[in-house]
Amino acid sequence: MKKLLLSGLLMSSLALTVVYAAEEPNADAYREMTYGDRDANPALLVVDRGEELFKAKRGSKNVSMEECDFGLGKGVVKGVYAELPRYFQDTDRVQDLESRMLTCMTTVQGFDEAELKKKTYANEKANEDNTDLEAIAVYIAAQSDGMKINPPIAHPKEQEMIKVGEALFYHRTGPLDFSCASCHGADKQRIRLQNLGNFSKAGADAQKAIGGWPTYRVSHAAVRTMQHRIWDCEGQMRLPDTEYGSPLTVALIAYLTSQAKDGTYVLPGMSR
Amino acid sequence: MKKPILASVALSILAGVTWAAGDDKAIQALVDQYISTGYQQGDKQHLERLKQDETLKICSETRNKPSDEQAKAIVEREKASIKYPEKMLGSWEKGKEVFNTGFGMRVGVIMPDKADKPRGGNCYACHAADPKEVAAGNIGSSLTGYGKARGNNETNIKYTYEKIYNSQAHVACSNMPRFGANGVLNPEQIADLVAFLIDPASPVNK
Ligand code: HEC
Ligand code: HEC
Repeated sequence: MKKLLLSGLLMSSLALTVVYAAEEPNADAYREMTYGDRDANPALLVVDRGEELFKAKRGSKNVSMEECDFGLGKGVVKGVYAELPRYFQDTDRVQDLESRMLTCMTTVQGFDEAELKKKTYANEKANEDNTDLEAIAVYIAAQSDGMKINPPIAHPKEQEMIKVGEALFYHRTGPLDFSCASCHGADKQRIRLQNLGNFSKAGADAQKAIGGWPTYRVSHAAVRTMQHRIWDCEGQMRLPDTEYGSPLTVALIAYLTSQAKDGTYVLPGMSR
Repeated sequence: MKKPILASVALSILAGVTWAAGDDKAIQALVDQYISTGYQQGDKQHLERLKQDETLKICSETRNKPSDEQAKAIVEREKASIKYPEKMLGSWEKGKEVFNTGFGMRVGVIMPDKADKPRGGNCYACHAADPKEVAAGNIGSSLTGYGKARGNNETNIKYTYEKIYNSQAHVACSNMPRFGANGVLNPEQIADLVAFLIDPASPVNK
């Protein structure tokens, strides 16, 4: 049922692509569309599913994710995404939303980490529904809709993570010699017709990008999270699959989020 | 009113202390550590791709702004990597295909390319060339009219071959991949690309 509805919506969005592509071949049109009629974002169905999963008693310990602390205290979801990544004392690590979800699901709910990581993303080529991880992430993130992007930077480990993320952003490797900065290091760059944000400086580009993720990607007919975006861009660099929630991914996300500080989350987003 | 200001001053002092202590070496050690744990393991992942050569190490450290001395060393080293075929000017028709085709070479277990997928230079990702192709990126300069402007001569043919084979043989820390040196494209494909850019019959020069 759901998938049928989604693909109906997808088709109308694709029809829109054609119209928009003729004038302005970029992702902005989708965003404007989202701001205009946000109730039409198919991600909202995934948010609902994520809420059910979040509140259900699950895992070998049969407890819900309401038993977990995402940074603002046990059970709080409102506004937590706006203040991530952050340092958590219990793990002694800086964590983004998704690595924190893993902590919650393994230590509090009793899921097996390797099992959880077996299937992190829906395969758009097989027209799959979003995974549970994607649904839970977009549910939690959507509870920061309209809030300021405000990752904490007081803790030395938070500062360190941003620094490491910045160094990783410029780290060139792989058969194409790319770093993130190859594509996201200057203003108004494009790969083919796709606009690339300049994330080497703080401000508008980073704010717009970070502020719209997780996003409903029309071309995938699925919700995508920041972990997926990093995996996707690492693939464009022809590097191996990133390890879900690893410090490498968290460092990059911490850097990007710090560049986006004071922007506004408009969630769930919608994009090409 | 006073309190928040004091707090933020205290914060920036704290930050200052940390920056001084956390020197570049410590950050670099974490970079290396995070790279070693940041990717899935297994032979399908081609983890050897994570190993930087001396040139990329310098380009990363200096954020693509090597000192004059470093730049000189890079250009010399990269130039030495170039293998020249008998003919540096191939077929523009074949070159047209290579220019347009995607890189291929995706690895991993989630969405890898088939090993036998044709490899291209994906040059339109960054360059305009044939004016009929509108879906061209702009990270590199427009190559439309390249042969007409630069000339169909030995010097330009050699330069263009070298540039595509190893972009850093001419510009240290160039943003352009070293297609030949990294084994993405073979010398014959590169000679075809040279023809696509220089041959007067190519749509690039029409
Ligand atoms: C070869 C070019 C390339 C490289 C290298 C690259 N990206 Fe991207 N990136 C893209 C493209 C293309 C998009 C999609 C833009 C669009 O949707 O229009 C994108 C999108 C993104 C977005 C989402 C932007 C938005 O507005 O929604 C983020 C965040 C991002 N990249 C981060 C990174 C990071 C971090 C790295 C390094 C690990 C990286 N990218 C490396 C090409 C690249
Ligand atoms: C990631 C982006 C990127 C890709 C992909 C790319 N280039 Fe480039 N290219 C550049 C940049 C940036 C420059 C200019 C800086 C320099 O000279 O190194 C450049 C310069 C050039 C030049 C020299 C132009 C001049 O005026 O001297 C040629 C020729 C060229 N590229 C051909 C190609 C071909 C052919 C391909 C595909 C096999 C290709 N490039 C792929 C980014 C790219």
